[in-house]
Order: sequence, then structure tokens, then C-alpha cells
Amino acid sequence: MNPAVKRWVPHTIALVCLLVLLYPLLWLLATSLKPADEVVTSLHLWPSHLDWSNYTTALDGVSGVSVTRLLGNTLLIAGGAVVGNVLSCSLAAYAFARLRFRMRGPMFTFMVATLMLPQHVILIPQYIIFNRLGMVDTYWPLILPKFLATDAFFVFLIVQFMRNLPRELEESARIDGCGAFRTYWAITLPLSRPALITTAIFTFIWTWNDFFTQLIYLFAPEKFTITLALRSFVDQSSTSAYGPMFAMSVISVLPIVLFFFVFQRYLVQGMATSGLKG
Amino acid sequence: MSTVSTRAPARAPRTTQSRPEAGRRRRRREQQWPAYVFLSPWMIGAVVLTLAPMAVSLYLSFTDYNLFDPPHWIGLRNYTEMLTDDPRYWRSVGTTMLYVVIAVPLKLGVALGAAMLLKNLGRGRAFYRSAFYAPSLLGASMSIALVWKALFNDGGSVSGLLGAVGIHAGGWVGNPHLAVYVVVLLTVWQFGAPMVIFLAGLQQISPDLYEAASLDGAGRWRQFVSVTVPMLSPVVFFNLVLETIQSFQVFTPAFVITGGKGGPADSTNFYTLYLYERGFTASHMGYASAMAWLLLIAIALVTLILFRTSRSWVFYAGEDGR
Repeated sequence: MNPAVKRWVPHTIALVCLLVLLYPLLWLLATSLKPADEVVTSLHLWPSHLDWSNYTTALDGVSGVSVTRLLGNTLLIAGGAVVGNVLSCSLAAYAFARLRFRMRGPMFTFMVATLMLPQHVILIPQYIIFNRLGMVDTYWPLILPKFLATDAFFVFLIVQFMRNLPRELEESARIDGCGAFRTYWAITLPLSRPALITTAIFTFIWTWNDFFTQLIYLFAPEKFTITLALRSFVDQSSTSAYGPMFAMSVISVLPIVLFFFVFQRYLVQGMATSGLKG
Repeated sequence: MSTVSTRAPARAPRTTQSRPEAGRRRRRREQQWPAYVFLSPWMIGAVVLTLAPMAVSLYLSFTDYNLFDPPHWIGLRNYTEMLTDDPRYWRSVGTTMLYVVIAVPLKLGVALGAAMLLKNLGRGRAFYRSAFYAPSLLGASMSIALVWKALFNDGGSVSGLLGAVGIHAGGWVGNPHLAVYVVVLLTVWQFGAPMVIFLAGLQQISPDLYEAASLDGAGRWRQFVSVTVPMLSPVVFFNLVLETIQSFQVFTPAFVITGGKGGPADSTNFYTLYLYERGFTASHMGYASAMAWLLLIAIALVTLILFRTSRSWVFYAGEDGR
């Protein structure tokens, strides 16, 4: 084969794959901008003219709750989850990676084993607990578990990262009289920044995308997240509301897309080094 | 914790104990309690939100429980009803198995192919790696599931495209034979996550191995079979286990694409969807708990089988091999 051709073949295949992959996203964007009469009838991907009215309809929100409120609710939950996960998972990870204590082996094994535990096994008793505590239809069941390091994925991720950090700095801090807490806070935590950022981003995106937990715990429309609102929007409207529905979909995935563009280096590297799932 | 470690050196009689050993003992004693402080959030979570719920859900699986009245012990009846007297249960098992068996190998195959393609791409590799990875972040969202539903509906882009080449399959979403493949294709679309792991694995294979193989006269296919596949097999195994465990638990896309009811004709009533219906819609929490425990057992068994078979096909090279 001609070397120039040989060089172009993989590039062409990659480009074709990219277009196929991106088609659903382009379709989403295009449909959200289509005038109502073109949404179902027209087979053209792109609208004949950009119609922003779908977005004004979508911004009204669902059941009298505005989209800004819905986004604020989702942001509150995702933000709480991020703070909780970064704090509690890094604390646990530091103990597993750096401190010696009895039961370390069994506890670590248990932590890794919970990676495989389907959440459905603990779902119903957890629901009963939060129900007894009067926390159903509040954000507590969505945020509180994150402050108790229940996402073993991230504990594991940070443990792996901390184990590869050089010990010298921590040793010299100890010789200078730093206790375990000072060492953790002033030395290990700043050095673990990449792992903490990866944890924060994945927590944000997974919480933002989450549907199951929100579906089970939230009922009042004014407490809805954008995902729950989208679902009740779908239930309430017929196919004629395709445009506004997809305008709302665009609004709901926009934060993830922005996150992706800003943090893609951390996402892809975090993924590659830890084998985390997206 | 003030207890002293019971390790062998510490058991030496006090009188003969040398100074450094005493120092080590003291340090160990000092280090015990901070560890438990660091671990306390995790330990509370592990006991209150994992271990205790596991025990409770095991207990509930032997009861009739609707969340309002106290649980009523019925022995194995949930399990026997499920296994012998609930065709919808078996339908959901069948759907989930079909999905796992098709979606996981397909997704991993595409991921490996894409990783091989990107490995030798040179310029633009970082761009494509990120772009191919993006669907993995979006795929779990409700918005994308809605897009999928519209694309595969009657009159959507896919039936239009297939119609243009002469295949008139109609809408996939409303077709009991095809609806499950809409979920499969949405899963395969997210191949970027395992691809990134494959790519990292491929880049760790020493170029010396390929050089040696090509000196021995191996062509590109031979190199793939004899060098790439064995060297990459631990990564393949890792991805296989993770993807399989995850696939058993698929929920959002199935819920959205089928309108939350697992239709048409229960053809997409995935295991988790049926569990949600029995537990939270029909308030049969005992029955749903029993379903969850059988899911746990199934996942544990499949994982065990994968680990057992891995001995014959996963190749772990020595320290210098990778």
C-alpha cells in the first residue's frame, strides 16, 4: 500500500466513528431548536430556521417549578455529594494507605468487596432507615451517605494514588513533630490533588446523572432535580412537546458537557489509571 | 485503642526487650487510635449503611413486608414463588441475561478495536481519545435515553435510515423482539470507558516484544494474537468483570426507553426494573429483598466463574514483562 494512503486509512476510520458517535448529540441539539411542525415530520437533521421558543417553554419548568430552581436543587445535591466524598473518602484512604492498625487487612478486604455489592441489596433497608428518620423527601438520603464514605470506588482510587506518593515528605514532617492529622492535612492531601479532583468530578457527574436514588427519595415537585423534572415532563406531555422536552434535555446535560471540556484531562487519566467507570 | 499488637516480636519477655523494639511498640500503640479516627466516617457508613442493611434485607427476604405493617415471617415462600410461580420473574431474568451476554462482549470488542485504532494514530490521538470517551459520561443520563428512544421509535432516524436501504423494521422501541437491542446499542455507545483502559494497557506493552515477534517473521495479525492478546489479557479480564457486574444492574436506560413499565410485552422488563416495580410500586418489599439477594448471588457466582476460567486465558507476565 502507498504509505500516504496507509497513514490516512486509520484517520478516516476514526473520523467516521466520531461522526456516528456524535450523531445522537447533534440530533439532540438540532431537535431542541426545531420549530414544532418540523420536529416529527421533517427528516432533515438540521432545522430550517433556529427556533428558540422551545427553550423559553422549557425555562418555565415543570409543575410550576422553574428550571433555575431545578438546576439549583441538582447543584445543591451534587455539591454536597462532592464535598462529602472528597472529605470522607480521603480520610479513609489515608488510614488504609499510610497508617498501621489491627483489622486493617479485613477492613480493606471488606471495602474492596463492597465495590461488587449491587446497591439493590441494601436499598430497601436504607430506605426504611431514612423513612424512620423522617428523611424521605429531603436531600439527606442523597447527601449523608457520601459523608460516610459509602462510595468504595473513590476510597480505592485515592488509596491507590496515596500508595504511590513518596514517603520522604511525610517522614520528615513526622520527624518535625507533625502528628497524623497535620501530616494528612498539610502533606498528603495537597499531594493527592489529582486523585481528589478525579473523585470530585466523577462524583459530580454521577450525582448529576443519577435517577434511581432520586426517584425513590424525592416526591415534592419543588424539591425535584432536573432529571426528575424531565421525567415528569415526559409523562405529562405528548409527542407534540418533543421540542421543549429536548430543549430541557440539552439544559440538563450542558453542565456535564462543560465539566467534560474543562476537566477532560483528569477524567481520562483518572479513568486510565484506576479503571473507574464513567 | 490501647491494646498492644500481638505480633511475635512484641511477645518477647519484658526483661530482655531491647530499646528499639520498645520504641517500635510505643509508636505502634500511638498510631492505633488516629487510624480509627480517620476511619470513623467510613466505619459508621460500613456498619449503618452497608452491613446492617445487608442483614436486614436478608431477614426481610423471608418475610411479607409492605413498609407500613410489621414484617410477617413466611419462610422461603418469596423464593419459592419467585422460582416456581412467577413467569414475569423468569422473563426478567431472561431479558437481563440476553442483554449481558450480548452487550458486554460487543462493548468490549468495540472498545478494543477503537483502542487498537487509536494506538497507532499518532497526531490527533488525544483528541479522539477524549471524544470517544465523552459518551461514557453522558450515556447514563435520562436525556440521552430519551434521545435513544426517539431515534429508534417508529419514524425516527434509525427506521428512516434502514428504510432507505430497503429494511422496513418499523420502530424498535415498540417491537418486543428489538426493544432490548435499543438498550444494548446505548450501552455499546459508551465503549469509551473500557477503551481508555485498553489504551493504557496497550501502551504498557514493551515495543521489544513486537520487535522480537517481527524478527521471527510474525505479521500484524500474528503479532496481535501472540503478543497483544496475551499481554493485554489482564486488562481484558478487569474490564470484563467490571462491565458484567455493572450490566446486571442496568436501570435508567431501560426505565426511560420502556416508559418505566418494561414493555412491550415485558420484553425489556430488566431485573432491576422488575425489582423496583415489586418493591416500590407494588410495596412487596420482602419479595424485592429476595430478588436483590438472588441478584447478589448471581453476580457473585458469575464473578467466581470468570475468575476460575481466567486461569486458563489470562496471562500474568513477570515483573519485567509488562
